[in-house]
Amino acid sequence: MAQARAADDGGAGVSAPATSQNGVGAPSPSRLAALRPRSHRRRKAVDAAIRGFSWVAACAGIAIMVLIVWEVIRRGIGAIDWGFFTELPPVVGEEGGGLGNAILGTIVITAVAALIALPMGFFGGVWLAEFGRNGRVATAVRMVANVNMGIPSIVVGVFIFAALVRPLQHYSGFAGSLALAFIMLPVMARTTEDILNLVPNELRESGLAMGVPRWRVTLGVVIRAARSGLITGAVLATVRVAGETAPLLFTALSSPYWLDGLFGPEGFFGGPTANLTKTVYDFSGMPYERMQELAWGGALVVIAAVLGLNVLMRLIFQRGKEW
Amino acid sequence: MVGTTVSETLQPGGDVLVAPPTEVAAARSAAMDEEFDRLESVISVRGLDFFYGKEQALFKNDLEIKKNRVTAIIGPSGCGKSTHIRTYNRIYELYRDHKATGEIMVGGKNILAPGTDLLDLRRRMGMIFQKPSPFPMTVYDNVAYGLRQHYKLSRSELSDRVEDALKRSALWDEVKHKLGEPGIALSGGQQQRLCIARCIATEPDVVLMDEPASAIDPVATAKIEELMNDLKAKYTIVIVTHNMQQAARVSDYTAFFYEGFIVEVGPTTQIFSNPQQKQTEDYITGRFS
Repeated sequence: MAQARAADDGGAGVSAPATSQNGVGAPSPSRLAALRPRSHRRRKAVDAAIRGFSWVAACAGIAIMVLIVWEVIRRGIGAIDWGFFTELPPVVGEEGGGLGNAILGTIVITAVAALIALPMGFFGGVWLAEFGRNGRVATAVRMVANVNMGIPSIVVGVFIFAALVRPLQHYSGFAGSLALAFIMLPVMARTTEDILNLVPNELRESGLAMGVPRWRVTLGVVIRAARSGLITGAVLATVRVAGETAPLLFTALSSPYWLDGLFGPEGFFGGPTANLTKTVYDFSGMPYERMQELAWGGALVVIAAVLGLNVLMRLIFQRGKEW
Repeated sequence: MVGTTVSETLQPGGDVLVAPPTEVAAARSAAMDEEFDRLESVISVRGLDFFYGKEQALFKNDLEIKKNRVTAIIGPSGCGKSTHIRTYNRIYELYRDHKATGEIMVGGKNILAPGTDLLDLRRRMGMIFQKPSPFPMTVYDNVAYGLRQHYKLSRSELSDRVEDALKRSALWDEVKHKLGEPGIALSGGQQQRLCIARCIATEPDVVLMDEPASAIDPVATAKIEELMNDLKAKYTIVIVTHNMQQAARVSDYTAFFYEGFIVEVGPTTQIFSNPQQKQTEDYITGRFS
């Protein structure tokens, strides 16, 4: 409005240059005294202090991680041999053996959890980003997902215990998968939503402007543009739960035996199922050197897998920003 | 041409920045030359209002878009230029609280009416956006995308049409050896011509261009302007532009928008040499914005 008025005024005196009316032209002489810049010394000191503090904080964070990884490698590497991946744990007090059953159990429990949670979370996230958006239902769903992400994982374990383990009267690997799936679902949904929100709206508009229906634009253009991010999100969500222990305490429990087949006598990998994190937890507390060594080895395998997949996915993600 | 009363939409007590209605109507009728009346209108906009939520962005727009002509829409930032052409293909409906009322007559039908087949409407109204937006696929698939959606074509016919569209977009020579590369790998100007190829491949009636050259360099801009001259033999073009020289160079008719109102419409030569409204003159001579 002000601009328009200025233009009107400018138009009145036809010869008057319009720019000065807009305040863009040469500045009029100021009545104020010339400004004197503040001392640079103080600003530089503050800058150095904040920079130093950030540096120390960053180093402390990295140092702790390096220490943990270093210690786990140092004490766990000795346990890693072929037998570690293929054999059952030894009888208490004996030498030899491995964590083959726990490694297999963790892979199967996590994979089944991923099969349940990733597709659901993916489609939920697509709905939130592309269709629900700022609607009332979507806002509610988003809030529930955020709250679920904040639930302590032990609570999820206890919930599945009450909902599945107690009624069926036995622990099961499947119950463990459900607990992990419960944790993954909101993570996957929100990650998917966030990544799809990074896709610029121009791309959606261009697709729709071609006369292509919304669902085809979503599948063929939007999801395609975000595919590397979506794959990364799915893998990171899976890796994140692979290292969980608490949800398995009341669900999969643990077992000194091999996984009883996917469809064992007690149903869908029915009985208590060996898994790495719970085994590490159990063995680390035992007063036998071999058991403690195996626990360190198990911890090393979990950390290596989680760290390795994280790094791998970030490398792929950095290369894959194609929109 | 319907000379609507512009002032009735102004809020009581608001600043009246638009000339009284009779003056507008008179200016318009004076501005329209005989050819304008003789030409067929592809789009007739009547009494178009547009709302972003509760905020009204367009007020009683009336505009005739003539067949096989380039109509330029000019005006300062935020005056509703893009908003206006985004109603022609109803692309604004992607956003929940955007709403248009009034009439946009295309082929005897009001496309704002419920029951309009949006897929068909958008096939007939191609659109080029400010930022080149190739799809995340190869150059070839970008152009074939709309063709596959709207027509059932044999493989050889498809590739013939892709080639034809790329040639008509003056891009073929630059990309004929790169058809299998991602569209995003092309330069900005090439990407924009790829979007034009993608758009004209499906044989639209109208090509809507929303500041198509504002994100690319002058050489690429010149190519696109040249292209528009060729394209208008076959298509009707509506171009929104910030660049008045561009409007003067490429368009046959120009509509000047100001704060959601269409202040003046007329043959481009007349708008630029002898504008009837003081606001148009102020804008064209660079007195504001």
